[in-house]
Amino acid sequence: MIRYLLPLGVFIALVALLGVGLRLNPREVPSPLVGKPLPEFRLAQLRNPTKTLSRADLGGRPVLLNAWATWCVECRREHGLLLAIARQGNIPVYGLNYKDNRPDALEWLRRLGDPYVASGFDGDGRVGIDMGVYGLPETFLIDARGIIVHKHIGALSSEIWERDFVPILERLSRGES
Amino acid sequence: MIPELGHFALIIALGVAVIQGVVPLLGAQRGVPEWMAVAVTASRAQFLFVLLAYACLTYAFVAKDFSVAYVAQNANADLPLFYRISAVWGAHEGSMLLWTLTLAGWSVAVSMASGALPMAFRARVLATMGLISCGFLLFMLLTSNPFERLLPAPQDGRDLNPLLQDPGMVIHPPMLYMGYVGLVVPFAFAVAALLGGRLDAAWTRWTRPWTTVAWVFLTVGITLGSWWAYNELGWGGWWFWDPVENASFMPWLVATALMHSLAVSEQRGAFKAWTVLLAIFGFSLSLLGTFLVRSGVLVSVHAFATDPARGVFILAFLALVVGGALTLFAWRASVISGGGSFRLMSRETLLLINNVLLVVACATVLLGTMYPLIIDALGLGKISVGPPYFDAVFAPLMLPLVFLIGIGPLTRWKGDHASRLVQLLRIAFVASLVAAGAIVVVTSGYSLLLLAALAMAIWTLASTAQGLIARMRGKRGAWKGVRALPRSFVGMTLAHLGVGVFIIGVAITSTFSTERDVRLGPGDSETLAGYRFQFQGVGEFPGPNYVARRAEVQVFRGERRVATLYPEKRRYPIQEQPMTEAAIDVGFTRDLYVALGEPLGDGSWAVRLYYKPLIRWIWFGPALMALGGLLAASDRRYRSGRRAERAAPVTDTGGALGAGVSGG
Amino acid sequence: MRARRRQRLIFVGVVLAGVAVATALVLMAIGENMLYFYSPSQIAAGEAPRGHDVRVGGLVVAGSVERSSGSLDVRFDLTDTSANVRVAYSGILPDLFREGQGIVALGRIGDDGVFRAREVLAKHDENYMPPEVAEALELAADGGTMPHPVKNSAGQGGGGKP
Repeated sequence: MIRYLLPLGVFIALVALLGVGLRLNPREVPSPLVGKPLPEFRLAQLRNPTKTLSRADLGGRPVLLNAWATWCVECRREHGLLLAIARQGNIPVYGLNYKDNRPDALEWLRRLGDPYVASGFDGDGRVGIDMGVYGLPETFLIDARGIIVHKHIGALSSEIWERDFVPILERLSRGES
Repeated sequence: MIPELGHFALIIALGVAVIQGVVPLLGAQRGVPEWMAVAVTASRAQFLFVLLAYACLTYAFVAKDFSVAYVAQNANADLPLFYRISAVWGAHEGSMLLWTLTLAGWSVAVSMASGALPMAFRARVLATMGLISCGFLLFMLLTSNPFERLLPAPQDGRDLNPLLQDPGMVIHPPMLYMGYVGLVVPFAFAVAALLGGRLDAAWTRWTRPWTTVAWVFLTVGITLGSWWAYNELGWGGWWFWDPVENASFMPWLVATALMHSLAVSEQRGAFKAWTVLLAIFGFSLSLLGTFLVRSGVLVSVHAFATDPARGVFILAFLALVVGGALTLFAWRASVISGGGSFRLMSRETLLLINNVLLVVACATVLLGTMYPLIIDALGLGKISVGPPYFDAVFAPLMLPLVFLIGIGPLTRWKGDHASRLVQLLRIAFVASLVAAGAIVVVTSGYSLLLLAALAMAIWTLASTAQGLIARMRGKRGAWKGVRALPRSFVGMTLAHLGVGVFIIGVAITSTFSTERDVRLGPGDSETLAGYRFQFQGVGEFPGPNYVARRAEVQVFRGERRVATLYPEKRRYPIQEQPMTEAAIDVGFTRDLYVALGEPLGDGSWAVRLYYKPLIRWIWFGPALMALGGLLAASDRRYRSGRRAERAAPVTDTGGALGAGVSGG
Repeated sequence: MRARRRQRLIFVGVVLAGVAVATALVLMAIGENMLYFYSPSQIAAGEAPRGHDVRVGGLVVAGSVERSSGSLDVRFDLTDTSANVRVAYSGILPDLFREGQGIVALGRIGDDGVFRAREVLAKHDENYMPPEVAEALELAADGGTMPHPVKNSAGQGGGGKP
């Protein structure tokens, strides 16, 4: 009965289209800055407002730059992992405290621990915009020359860390040795 | 501890759902009564466990347990209790839980009301629902667990999206889900009928009230959504043809078609295969809507945050459920097709046209919704299809449909004479044209579409009223006469009147609404549609979890003060999100709507003023439809289970009004 | 079986008529009401048609928003980090319109190259960006040496917002 098969045929075409659609719109959007130098910036440090954090401070070795805020629930999820990474000491972690307020941010670090060598305080979010931050948390991997080699949007997990960051780190350290 | 209990309850519910889905099906195939009987017990047990999980999540919200990630993301210590309870369905995970609870609820309702059904049939219906439940429980447990912990716990939560902090939004999703998920019942009945290879009048008689009730919920849910958008989005619009709205509207169109085709199947035994197909389509579109909203393939203002894993899961589930049902249909439909004969001029033909128009309209909405995706998939660029497309396609398809509302109920089954109908309805037809023309001239709203829409609306009202009067002829006293009519007929009449009311509202509002964006300082005033809006100034007021800047706007008509309105600009500090809270003076004939824009310095503000005539009718019409649906579903002939067991008396009394009643 | 054949004829006739009418309507409507999306770079390169409604999306450049004093006119720059386009709009901006936010504007390109917006839509919260905007930003970063995007299923930041 061909005519009874017609609805099934139409439906299969629809599913195929939806399947293509799913692949078309990957939510994970690569940063326009990946492969490019980190933009220049200069921010007051979170802990010590009289000191600044700038692009120059991050150069010379591979570093992680993690954009975070106290209002960001996902940031809390990845915080433990950041602490572990900082403890391992293979790569220094810097913070970008994005659109936050200072007392809350300091209280957060006091309670949860501070994985950051230093955090830049970006209260109005302008530096974040320059870096193409559009959803927290985001983590940038920057090489010794100050080039962004990888960026992750969303909370880090140990699987993501092992899969996406560690191989790049190994490549970087091989390249340098 | 409580969240873990909830998580555990979901796991048990999944186990029970698997039993509910598999054992009765095997029992029905092999004819083992004990296995079939499992369906009833399992569906009740599954409901209890899902309910327990739901209660646990609600408890976590009430107790402000921010160690639960979902609670932390959607509530805050200052969020009022009322909204903490409704925040349970404020985002993805919780609304999936509500969805599953609703599904389990429908399952239990069917298990309780289906005692008179043949055992194998009942077992198959409940098993189908159990299998669908499995899918949703699995989906939650694998990709969207609402009980996931966040350790260490944050001190405070992220708060509920301010847009959702509105009474309309509190009841809109549960209603919509009741409707969406309610379409699973006709779906399960259709699958059971295909499996059993039997589709008789008793089947349609059982399916009709369930379909109607689901349709009522869907109608109420969509109407509330429209009302919410009007109140809360601050743009004065009531329908945006947004993909998410379309996702709920498409099942509604198909459910409406299904109700009408069920009428033919019940009264005349015709269109059976078509009816089954519509039952499958209805729920398929519910699932498709879920996919579109959750997977993020479409861009929408209120799409949920998306996750590719979820999209893949729902698509696979959709393919399995709908593909399975359609394969079953292709395999078995020839067994159940067939039915009574009819001539070209007959109620069957008119209902067929009704069905074709509704399904085609649904297809055009689907096409408009999917078109951006098609273009994108072909690599032809990023596009969006705006409301003009939907308006241009939808209105011309709906006008003939509305014209049929006037004729269909008065036409006889099997065959009728056009001359008799012309005789019967010519006065109503001419009168509605004249009345519409008069309105157009008086209001000087010269537009062909307005004339056509008004004529059709008045035609609907007049001819429906005429049908009612014809049915009451010979009865003493109007009220007594109405009381004596079958409820399904009264319900249909009310619903059709509701369509007329709705169209009048849409036609008048879209033609005569006026709006203006103005800059107003304290003491300034602006006149719109004969009303003078005087801006008094802005003060600050603290709310429970927000700070509001509230303006006072006095509205005068001539010298008389009509209303004082207090539009607000709220700031929710935790979400860092400003919200426009429009102030509306509600009226039967018109709404006055004031929304605050932004401060422009020196105490003046950007203010948006609207005058919206008859906009309430847009929601009043569907309310009538829903009421009509309820009446129809509660008709006596659906209530007595015993009677339904008898083969349906396919009587033909010769009088269309005597035998045939198409509910809703 | 004449009744049966007649019935099938009615059925097929009605369905075909309905589909034909709908197809005609769709064909008439869809061509005119499709809105193409362009990035600021494409507009700067003159790829977008003039005299036709289009959509443009990008980030509002910080410090570029100018309100005129006597009216509701506003002008601002929209960027995809490699090119800017000037946008003029009259009326009330959405609640979430802010400098640095991703927005989508609907309107036409004027003869002076300024985009005259009829409608401005802002993204709904901090964790979400309209996908077209995101894609425009991505394309602006001349893809040559760009490594393949890493796709994974980790959360997108703070939860779902309708």
